Amino acid sequence: MLRPSMLPILGALAMVVVACAPADDTTSASGSPSSAAPSASASCAKDQLKLLKPGTLTVGTDKPAYEPWFKDDEPSNGEGFESAVAYAVAGKLGFAKSEVAWTVAPFNSAFAPGAKQFDFDVNQVSITPARAKAVDFSDGYYTVKQAAVALNGSKYATPASLADLKDAKIGVQVGTTSLTAVKSAIQPSAQPNVYNEQIDAVNALKNKQVDVLVVDLPTAFYVTAAQVEGSKIVGQFGSDEGAAEQFGLVFQKGSALVPCVNAAIGELRSSGELASIETRWLGSAAGAPDLK
Amino acid sequence: MSHPGEPPGPLAADAAGVPGAWVKSGRQRERERLRRRRELRSGSVASVSTVVFVVLVIYVVTASPGWPRVKETFFDAERFADAFPDVLSGFLLNIKIFLIAEPLILIVGLLVALVRTVRSPLFFPLRALAVLYTDVFRGIPTILIIYLVGFGLPALELRGMPSDLAVLGIIALTLSYGAYVAEVFRAGIDSVHPSQRAAARSLGLTHGQSMRFVVLPQAVRRVVPPLLNDFVSLQKDTALVATIGPLEALRQAQIHAADTFNYTPYLAAALLFIALTVPMARFTDYLAARSQRRRGA
Repeated sequence: MLRPSMLPILGALAMVVVACAPADDTTSASGSPSSAAPSASASCAKDQLKLLKPGTLTVGTDKPAYEPWFKDDEPSNGEGFESAVAYAVAGKLGFAKSEVAWTVAPFNSAFAPGAKQFDFDVNQVSITPARAKAVDFSDGYYTVKQAAVALNGSKYATPASLADLKDAKIGVQVGTTSLTAVKSAIQPSAQPNVYNEQIDAVNALKNKQVDVLVVDLPTAFYVTAAQVEGSKIVGQFGSDEGAAEQFGLVFQKGSALVPCVNAAIGELRSSGELASIETRWLGSAAGAPDLK
Repeated sequence: MSHPGEPPGPLAADAAGVPGAWVKSGRQRERERLRRRRELRSGSVASVSTVVFVVLVIYVVTASPGWPRVKETFFDAERFADAFPDVLSGFLLNIKIFLIAEPLILIVGLLVALVRTVRSPLFFPLRALAVLYTDVFRGIPTILIIYLVGFGLPALELRGMPSDLAVLGIIALTLSYGAYVAEVFRAGIDSVHPSQRAAARSLGLTHGQSMRFVVLPQAVRRVVPPLLNDFVSLQKDTALVATIGPLEALRQAQIHAADTFNYTPYLAAALLFIALTVPMARFTDYLAARSQRRRGA
């Protein structure tokens, strides 16, 4: 039985719910990507850019930030490949080093819907068509290959081909394209172990819980040089999707910054600056046998 | 429903009907009619208010400016269909972990609870160990225990150490939940009135026998609802085993989500977990209600 005294309460409830209903926000620029890409030079003046915080370029990355992409888990020191790339891009856009702010953006939140906490995110994110439906990518700033790491003396230390890794227990980090590459190129007989953090996967290799660790090549160099004693890169390979895999900067869908950043990356590429940053921080990919 | 203190219906002692059979009086019929009407009315008010509430909530969500974006990121049918088989195959591992961990947890919990009831000073070290175990393992977050077991045990490189990740996960969950369940059992044992135990001992039963035949049957019956509650919680926590690497439902969903930058696979995993835990929760409620009824509430 509905007592009369309950009516006002119900009414109040309904009022509250309706009051919470958001008004349609017509001023928000979200939703539709800008139909006409602005010509890069015209609106890429620093004061014309649509930024999260005016006057500051906010760059996101995950924490911990691993070598060789960042050094000492401190993106703002300009050391490490991705930190250097971010500052080079910022410089091309006209930002001084002090005008770049770093923010922690876990991998999973980099593609969450809604407003982003960064102007762009730099986190070794590979560009794929499926991902491009949810976020905007810049042009690629690094062409990545995958590498398999095993302990010296394990029976997978000298594979002649990818087929030799079929029966190995493979470890990868979740959310990486390494996993996609493993599934498409190696097609292992046992399910790979998938870890939350790269360091977990590295530890699993140390503990011999996995025979082979698959990471991107620069990380593999770092793992074998500094993280796991007595380990070696047993080979590098690409996922057999055809097109080379590239890392791109991540933007909110429809961000107006993309053309400007792409212009900056283009300039860095043609001036050879990008290549020299790569050589400095990632060295050359010599010394890792190609596996087919 | 007959009520005490009511004038009984007229005794129809005439030819038709059995002598002494109760015939509803007009007043009783009127009472039942009123009751039915009231039930109907409260039922319809409840349904109308539910419908209004649901419609309002749906309106608020779908009218929000970010809804189209949320819809394509969380409710994408194509992505759902794409990820579902993988998530389901991962979910079988969750169920496997749960089914194996469950009996182990019951055994560990019961043993620890029993150790805590032994009164002899001789067994003090055992009792202290049991107390320490429940304190420590209830104090550590489950995910941490899984981490420590999953990465710590294999690092010892002992022979015969299980290397299967699901087994390591089961060990960790058993350690963690065993402590909770031990406390549940202990509460049940403590809730049995001391006179029961005294009576059993005075009949000449040993401590073990009085536990086995008198105390435990009553104790276990009393703690069935909280135990089931812990199992519902365990079903969800099997997802934490993902942190050490096996491909269970949550991990599979995560892989698909990272592949496509779309959260729909998580929804698929959530639905599977709900499909498992909701029946369990209903069953718990049913058991609780049944024991209430039996106690004449």
